[in-house]
Amino acid sequence: MSGVHPHKRRGLIENTLEGLHAAMERALYAEVSASRGGLLQRLDPRVKVAGLFSLVLAVALATKLWLIAAVLALAVVLACVSAIPLRVLASRAWIAALLFSGIIAAPALFLTPGTSLYGLPITMQGARTAGFLVLRAETAATLMLVLIYTTRWTHVLKALRIFRVPVVVVVILGMTCRYILLMLETAHEMFESRKSRTVNAMTPAEQRRLAVAGSGVLLGKTLHLSGEVYLAMQARGFRGEVFLLEDFQMGKLDWLALGAFAVLASASIWAGR
Amino acid sequence: MLFELDHLTYRYEGVTAVDDLSLAIPEGSRVALLGANGSGKSTLLRLLDGLLFGQSGAVWFRGEELSEEHLADDAFAFPFRRMVQMVFQNPDVQLFNPTVFDEVAFGPLQMRWPKNEIRERTGEILDRLRIAHLKDRVPHRLSGGEKKRVALASVLVLDPAVLLLDEPTASLDPRSQSELIDLLVEWGGGAKSVITATHDLGDLGDIADMCFVLDGGRLVAEGRPDDILGNQELLQRTNLVHAHRHRHGPGGLHSHPHLHGGSG
Repeated sequence: MSGVHPHKRRGLIENTLEGLHAAMERALYAEVSASRGGLLQRLDPRVKVAGLFSLVLAVALATKLWLIAAVLALAVVLACVSAIPLRVLASRAWIAALLFSGIIAAPALFLTPGTSLYGLPITMQGARTAGFLVLRAETAATLMLVLIYTTRWTHVLKALRIFRVPVVVVVILGMTCRYILLMLETAHEMFESRKSRTVNAMTPAEQRRLAVAGSGVLLGKTLHLSGEVYLAMQARGFRGEVFLLEDFQMGKLDWLALGAFAVLASASIWAGR
Repeated sequence: MLFELDHLTYRYEGVTAVDDLSLAIPEGSRVALLGANGSGKSTLLRLLDGLLFGQSGAVWFRGEELSEEHLADDAFAFPFRRMVQMVFQNPDVQLFNPTVFDEVAFGPLQMRWPKNEIRERTGEILDRLRIAHLKDRVPHRLSGGEKKRVALASVLVLDPAVLLLDEPTASLDPRSQSELIDLLVEWGGGAKSVITATHDLGDLGDIADMCFVLDGGRLVAEGRPDDILGNQELLQRTNLVHAHRHRHGPGGLHSHPHLHGGSG
């Protein structure tokens, strides 16, 4: 029984499979969340697209940190009244946005000339510049997550077309969504098949080789499948335009929300000058 | 003629998938494109559906050339897509909507049918294929047989005059295979054209009254199903049958030519 390890460490394959499973669940979460009965879910998709994008614009134009923080707080409130848990915001928007924008912003802390902050090798001006970048990224990511988790993806695409976003951009967005799902499914099948043929634990070198080879094959397979999906869409008459069975209809609540978004976005742009 | 191919050649990445192919498919016929894996059947279906275009030669649909330029014209493309529909071999590529109902309604929406008619027709086809209970499910989480039915419903909803099927019974269990074949045989009361790419000779007599045998992208034979099935030399040469060793009852092993798939 020398080869049997009852408490064997989890390897690359097991971890990857678990990660892929979680990613597929996350990909499906948006559709489930969009069907819940929260405040934003009840609004017309056009109002949400226009309103939340205008807040992103206000944040991009703002030159005052407190104002960006206020819009972030508003986004959090909107998430709460739309049945989006804070842990979802934290895990899917805030951490990712902090990591990506933090890496870009970090050098500014040290390289921006100015007054030293509490005797540390960073400057006040550098901290302010980095703060702007990180807070803007966090706020924009939160607003967009709120949009995606309260609106069915096909409705977002149709709303974008109503706002004259070019067909090619909408097709790319639609295909990107499908591409991600296909890539996850293909990767899941590949790693399951590898797991069924793996008995002993792999060495780190073998794990690296598997990861590199798997990435290449996965890319090729997914590209092929995506091409096939596009052909299947064309075969059923798809010409780039988004059509839905549901007609968008503006009710009282929608007009009220549109007005509120307009006032908030205008006030933010004015106050953030 | 429904389709006419005139010295059609299609190559991709240095591989010739369809090689100088000329053939004619009459209106209302049930055609089987036979050939082993890699013989060019799937590529030919894509060429007939105006999804791929040959590097040389031409495809004609009811006397009009299927070219990229022609299909860019809405006046030709819409009626063509309405009349000619294709079921892909891998149903996963055909299922890209959030729910089964949306998936089936996708084609009629592209054709800009009135919405009430789309809802009514989608409900009817879901009932007919006995998948109405799946209408709110996410398509890519269905079983293989269910996916195939949804893929079929998504094209039958348009009531096309021409149905292109790429290995329709592949990866289905025997009961689902049989049900699918029954459905295709009954579909349109026999008045529609059905072109099926397959290497499964088991149900050939049910799905086709005319066969084209492909090998390496070339047409090597054509004829009625009985004539093709009776030509053992042709079937062995094109890898549609193989010597298969097995037991009958308690006796010893023996071998004889064996049809691929189905009841073969």
